[in-house]
Amino acid sequence: MNELPQQLANGLILGAMYGLIAIGYTMVYGIVQLINFAHGEIFMVGGFGALTVYLALPSGLPLMAALPLMLIGGILVSVLVGVAAERFAYRPLRGAPRLAPLITAIGLSIALQQAVWKWYPDAKKARVFPQFKGDAFDVLGATVQRGDLFVLIAAPLCMLALGYFVSRTRSGRAMQATAQDRDTAALMGINTDRIIVLAFAIGAAFAGVAAVAYGLRTGEVQFRMGFIMGLKAFTAAVLGGIGNIYGAMLGGVVLGVAEALATAYVEDIPGMAQFGGGAWKDVWAFVLLILVLLLRPQGLLGERVADRA
Amino acid sequence: MTALLEVENLRVAYGKIEAVKGISFTVQAGQVVTLIGTNGAGKTTTLRTLSGLLKPLAGKITFDGQVLNGTGPHKIVERGLAHSPEGRRLFPRLTIAENLQLGAFLRKDSTAIERDIQRIYELFPILGERRKQASGTLSGGEQQMLAMGRALMSRPKLLMLDEPSMGLSPIMMQKIMETITELRSQGTTILLVEQNAQAALSLADHGHVMEIGRIVLSGTGRDLLHDESVRKAYLGED
Repeated sequence: MNELPQQLANGLILGAMYGLIAIGYTMVYGIVQLINFAHGEIFMVGGFGALTVYLALPSGLPLMAALPLMLIGGILVSVLVGVAAERFAYRPLRGAPRLAPLITAIGLSIALQQAVWKWYPDAKKARVFPQFKGDAFDVLGATVQRGDLFVLIAAPLCMLALGYFVSRTRSGRAMQATAQDRDTAALMGINTDRIIVLAFAIGAAFAGVAAVAYGLRTGEVQFRMGFIMGLKAFTAAVLGGIGNIYGAMLGGVVLGVAEALATAYVEDIPGMAQFGGGAWKDVWAFVLLILVLLLRPQGLLGERVADRA
Repeated sequence: MTALLEVENLRVAYGKIEAVKGISFTVQAGQVVTLIGTNGAGKTTTLRTLSGLLKPLAGKITFDGQVLNGTGPHKIVERGLAHSPEGRRLFPRLTIAENLQLGAFLRKDSTAIERDIQRIYELFPILGERRKQASGTLSGGEQQMLAMGRALMSRPKLLMLDEPSMGLSPIMMQKIMETITELRSQGTTILLVEQNAQAALSLADHGHVMEIGRIVLSGTGRDLLHDESVRKAYLGED
């Protein structure tokens, strides 16, 4: 059996999730030059937000009907946490040396994990996330689960909306200006504090969408899920060229596909048999990251930093 | 007559280092006022404080009848004080047209904005020819024209220009100075910071000489241009 279409489909689904999360890293970095290492947890709390909404709904409700509300709940929780993080953790450190907000981000990441672990009911182990019942689809020789269709539809829609926002709206233009030169953007009359909040909010909203996708795919949410997903998404953002929103999605998809293919095929390479299979799957993302940093540090779609002056 | 801009005993510090140590001056509507002095005299710091990018340590800034201390930069532009910063600071990946539109960010009158953009293109025809070009690809002189044009797009009551002649060829500098003269004849009030004292004093109504955070000499442009100490220190004569 030829399993290549299946691996490509798996990679694409995974990559779309990485890409959605990567948007948050790249937008925040593009505007305040901060790697928001708590972004993985902003993704994680979105999953719990969606689950909470599902549990609050009448139990007979079909998942299809509950999904829009779960999505709103997930996005809302992620955005609230993301915006609060900006306001109370990062903004007071705006003028501080770069290491300070970075350490704060790591601390916030741990705090959010522990808060969910401690206070969300039964979150000390994974909580079951609802899943679509019914047969999987057969797409060009690949089996795609019903729940996975969600991210395959949501990710392109999110990208279209974001592209329109950035290039066609007044706030989007203001965001581009703020990313290129914050002081001068303020001199144009742009409220740059509001633009920064907006960047955090959009990134968090996309992470909330990704969290619902993750729940539907894996059938669970748990307090640690933001860690490895966050790291991979960060890798995707760097791979695509940090600061570039299209790069983030491209980086996510490339990373997802590379990971799926490596997991499936590396063991067929003579002498590499012991590196095959799922046990090594998380390694490939970081191998790719190292290669990118060595060969093309600005990323696939990134610009050389020197151009910014 | 009340001044359009009144600065009283302004002090600004970076951490513990005081860059501006208590300066006072006024700008009347319709005037061109210049601050001259060497690097580190505090000229740029003064402008950045007036536009709200820096917070003053002490002193009072009154613009158009309102006290500005502590007001955020985006609110200050709204009140009619535009700042064309040192080093031009364009948005390099946006086009000329987009840079000009951002200059009018707070305005809602889109037809008048379009008309003003056309006026900038008349003032600087080269910008009109290249309107779709990314501003980062322009020459230094062209970038300076765009920076001035962009600041004018907010229709300011007072235009602050920080070193508009920096790094320009003599011909380009001539062109920029002519433009300032032209803006002035149209009634634009200008606060000009320059290292090129000769050029600045020749077209200014009033000038102030700054040295390490203080104003050490003030007078009309003409007086300063003929002042012995100014000639020695800033016009390269001995």
